[in-house]
This record gives sequence, structure tokens and C-alpha cells, in this order.
Amino acid sequence: MRQRTAPQRAARIAATLPRYALLLAAATVILFPLYMTVVDSLQPLEKLLQFPPDFWPRAPRWENYRLAMTDIQMPRYLLNSLIMATVITAGQVVTSSLAAYAFAFKRFPLSSAIFFVFLSTMMVPWEVSLIPNFQTIQRLDWLDTYQGLTVPFLATAFGTFLLRQHFLTLPRELKDAADIDGYGDLRFLLFVVVPLSRAALATLAVFSFLQAWNQYLWPLLITNEPEMRTVQIGIAALQSEEVQQTNVVLAGTIVALIPMLVLVAVFQRFLVRGLTAGAVKG
Amino acid sequence: MSVAVAPRRRRSPLARGARELVAAAPFILPSVGLFAVFVFYPLVRSVWLGFHATDPFGRHEVWVGIDQFQDVLTSPDFRYSLFVTGQFALYTVVPATAIGLCLALLAHQRLPGIVIFRTIFSSTVASSVAVSSVMWLLLLNPGVGVLNYILDQGGLPTASWLTDPTWALPAVAMTTVWMNVGFATIVILAGLQNIPEELYEAARVDGAGGRDQFLHVTLPGLSPTLLFVSVVGVIFAFQSFGQINILTQGGPLDSTNVIVYSIYREAFLHYNVGLASAQAVVLFVIVLLLTFVQFVIASRWVFYR
Repeated sequence: MRQRTAPQRAARIAATLPRYALLLAAATVILFPLYMTVVDSLQPLEKLLQFPPDFWPRAPRWENYRLAMTDIQMPRYLLNSLIMATVITAGQVVTSSLAAYAFAFKRFPLSSAIFFVFLSTMMVPWEVSLIPNFQTIQRLDWLDTYQGLTVPFLATAFGTFLLRQHFLTLPRELKDAADIDGYGDLRFLLFVVVPLSRAALATLAVFSFLQAWNQYLWPLLITNEPEMRTVQIGIAALQSEEVQQTNVVLAGTIVALIPMLVLVAVFQRFLVRGLTAGAVKG
Repeated sequence: MSVAVAPRRRRSPLARGARELVAAAPFILPSVGLFAVFVFYPLVRSVWLGFHATDPFGRHEVWVGIDQFQDVLTSPDFRYSLFVTGQFALYTVVPATAIGLCLALLAHQRLPGIVIFRTIFSSTVASSVAVSSVMWLLLLNPGVGVLNYILDQGGLPTASWLTDPTWALPAVAMTTVWMNVGFATIVILAGLQNIPEELYEAARVDGAGGRDQFLHVTLPGLSPTLLFVSVVGVIFAFQSFGQINILTQGGPLDSTNVIVYSIYREAFLHYNVGLASAQAVVLFVIVLLLTFVQFVIASRWVFYR
């Protein structure tokens, strides 16, 4: 380490101050909507109806959070979302690992054509297939069920693509060695490929879970019973149904957001990899 | 090779291919099956429904040819919905990309504690459409909302954001921009980190200042990323639904009736499945064209290393 004199160090710190000021200003703007929601979620109702609004809770009413968990079925909504997101994530990881394995390690006729068909599904927005999918689920009698919430999302072309790209970077010799050792495909996939692909699998899992947890349109269509609502549908519905408890609903909204904030903060590295997978060429 | 005396086990290429296909089938069939049922069949079915009129109970499908497509394409309501969606794309993509670029440039600096700011700037990616909308619903409240309070304090005019036909779409767009800024920042930051440091060194050796470096190194290096963020943003806009449903229900006076909301309303509130399907097919063609445009621009105009 080079030694600096005190004035030099002071000058360096002074030079970075405006940068921190800019960073702080930007962070304040980005966090402001969230901050105000937290403030409002800790207010008594009459404070929400007053103008000008408070910018900090004078007497935080933690009661709102307790009420959110007891008065408005939040635990049930959270459980539904947890089940839905877990099943979708597990399903996507399994189906895309299997398909990516075939595309990366097995030789079979039409493999590139089939891979192209996989990729082409990414061009069909979910909103286009909405009506027929609703009819299918209706005919299967899957409205208001976990099957209805999850089964249509158990396969993903994006995940297959992501994992295939990673599997292709693994040395071919592994497969040759596994063949010599008499490893079957499934054993090779489970005990060699999967342990070497933890980062890619984590990327897919984080991405799938976030997307599933945050879904809105599909759960809105296929759930009618309040007991089957996911947390997203729950808070959106309560927001208009429970006008007398807006503060409690806001507490519920924060509760719905926190798991994803934690997920994004903890697994930032993996999420970035997933989000940029489409942006970086090659 | 076919003239050779048959060895003990000879297989024709066809038989070998079939064997390979059977061996690969268990791996790809789960995905293929799900895609067939939930992607390809619905696509075909949507087109089919588009050619059929249905009664208000969704029964008695009657072949009507291209009538419904004609209806959709010539209907002033649908054209207006397309126009609104285009406006919405403009109002969301331009600000989200610009703000994302600024935040990414800020977060790209090498400073102690910068990781905290990166996390904050990308944090809105965690917020779902429902959470964001419920949050903004209160901020946008004309009477007690904080947005009008701030505008008022700044001596600026306030608005009845969600009930004024002029301001409803910009207000919904504002919510959406906030939601999408996290995504834009993450992707653009990754793009910045991909520009090799040597390019900046070379530019400095050539005497380029900060502005020149930005214009001649950063921007060209970022062009594929910026294109990606914008096109994905436009596609997002064409798929937007949740914020509309929660904030405005398409109103006031259809001023926020974007295309997916229009499909939803037609199919699930008016039970006009045939017409809604025709709209869905039009949406599909638009998204396909957008994706295609992305490829064309990317191959012609964008600077790839």
C-alpha cells in the first residue's frame, strides 16, 4: 500500500463526495415509493386520509402487520404463492435439465429442428394463448386448483436454452469417461452434470421463482375462491374490497414484497446472469 | 458400404436414428408435451376461434371466415387500443431506458460501498405488477397522495392522475417505469461491465476526454444492450395488463385500454371469445414483427464486437 499524506487523503475523499451525493439522490428517488408505502403501512387509517401526508410514522402502528396476518387471510395467500412458485420452479428445473441434457449430450435425428421448435415458443406471448389455455383448464376441471396454477408453466424454453448453453461448456471427455464407466444417462446427469452446473441451475431457479411468485394475470383468471388466491391476487383484491383497512392491506403488500426483495438481494449474481442471458450475443 | 458382407449386427441409418430418437425421447418429451398442450395447441386454437363467432355463453361456434379479423382491424375501438398501447410503449420504454442508463452509469463507478447502490437500483425488479400498482395507487391519489403534495410544494400544477383521461396513461406509465427501471439498470450495467477496459485506455492515449469516451466507446459498446432493453420494453408494453386492471380498468374513456386489457375485457367480461381471439392473433403478429425488427436492426445497425 502506498502511504498518502493526510491532506492528499482528504482531497481524495472530498473528490468522491459529489459522486456519493448523486448516488444517494438517485437511491432516494428509487426507494421513495417503497418508503412511503412502509410509512403508510404503519399509520392508523385516519392518517392515510389526511393532507398533507406524513413522511414518517409518528407512532408506528405495528398492529397493522399483526392484523394483516390474522384479519385478511394473508397467511393463506402466502402459502398458496409459496406452493405455486415452488412447484413451478422445481418443475422448470427438472424439465429443462432433462431437455438441455438431450440437446447438449445426446445425438439424435432432428435435434436442431426440435431445439428450434423449443426456442420458437419464446416468441408466443402468454397473453396470446390465454383464452384456449383457460378453456383447457376449465375442461380439465382445474379451476381453483394448484394444478391449474402450475402445470401450464412446468416447461420453459428459456431455461432449456440457459442450461444447454452451460452444459455445452462442460468437457466432452466427461461423457466419454462416464460411458466407459457404464454410467447411464440419468446417472451421468444427476451425479456429474448437475453438480458441475450449480450456478446455472441456481440462475434458472431464482428466475423461475421470482416470475412465478409475481404472476398476476393467470392466477387472476383461474382462481375464484378466496382460499385459492395467490398473494398477488389477494392484495390487489383486498385493496378494493377492504377500503376501511387500507393500512392493513399495505402492510400485507410489504409482506408480499419482502421475500422477493430478499431473494433478489441474496441471489443478485444469479439473477443478473439470467436477465442478461438474452442480451449478450453468442 | 452396402455391398459389404453383412457383419453380425448391421443397422440401417434409419433404424439407428429411430433408436437414438427413442433414447432421447424421455428427456425431451416432458417439455415437448407441455409446449404442445399449452403453447402450440392454443396458438392454433386462437386462430381457429378467430374464424368463429360465439354466443355470449361461449358456445355454438359458427364459422364466420375473416369477418372478425376484419372487424377487429377496422374497429375504431381496437385501433384506438393499438394507439394507446403504442403510446404506452413510448411513455414507458424511453424513460425506463434513459433512467436505467443513468443509474447504470452511476452504479458502474468504482467506489467503496457501490454494491449497496447496485442492489438498491436493481431492487424494483423484485416488485410484482400487483405490489407496484397497489403502492402507486396511494401515491397517485389526487386528494391525499404524496405525488400531488410534492408537486404542490414545488409550485407545480397537480392532477387527478387516474381519473383524468389526459393523465391516466402517463400515470400508469410512471408506475410501470418505476417497476421496469430495475430490470433496465441490471441489464445495462452488465453491458457496461462487458466493455473492455483497453478500449477506454486506447481512447485516453488518443487524448479523448470523458465526453468523447462516452460518445465513442461507451455508447457504441452499449448499443446491443440498449437495443435489447428497448425492444424487450416494447414487448413488455404490448403485454401489460396488471397495472391497468388494478389502477384504471382501461378507463377513463378507454384512455388506458391497452391491447391485452382489451382482450381480457372482450373474452372474460363480455364473453366474446371469438372477437377476443382475433385480437390475440393480431397481438401475436405484432410481437412477432417486433422480435423480427430486433433481429434486423441488430444485424444491420448495432455495433457488435
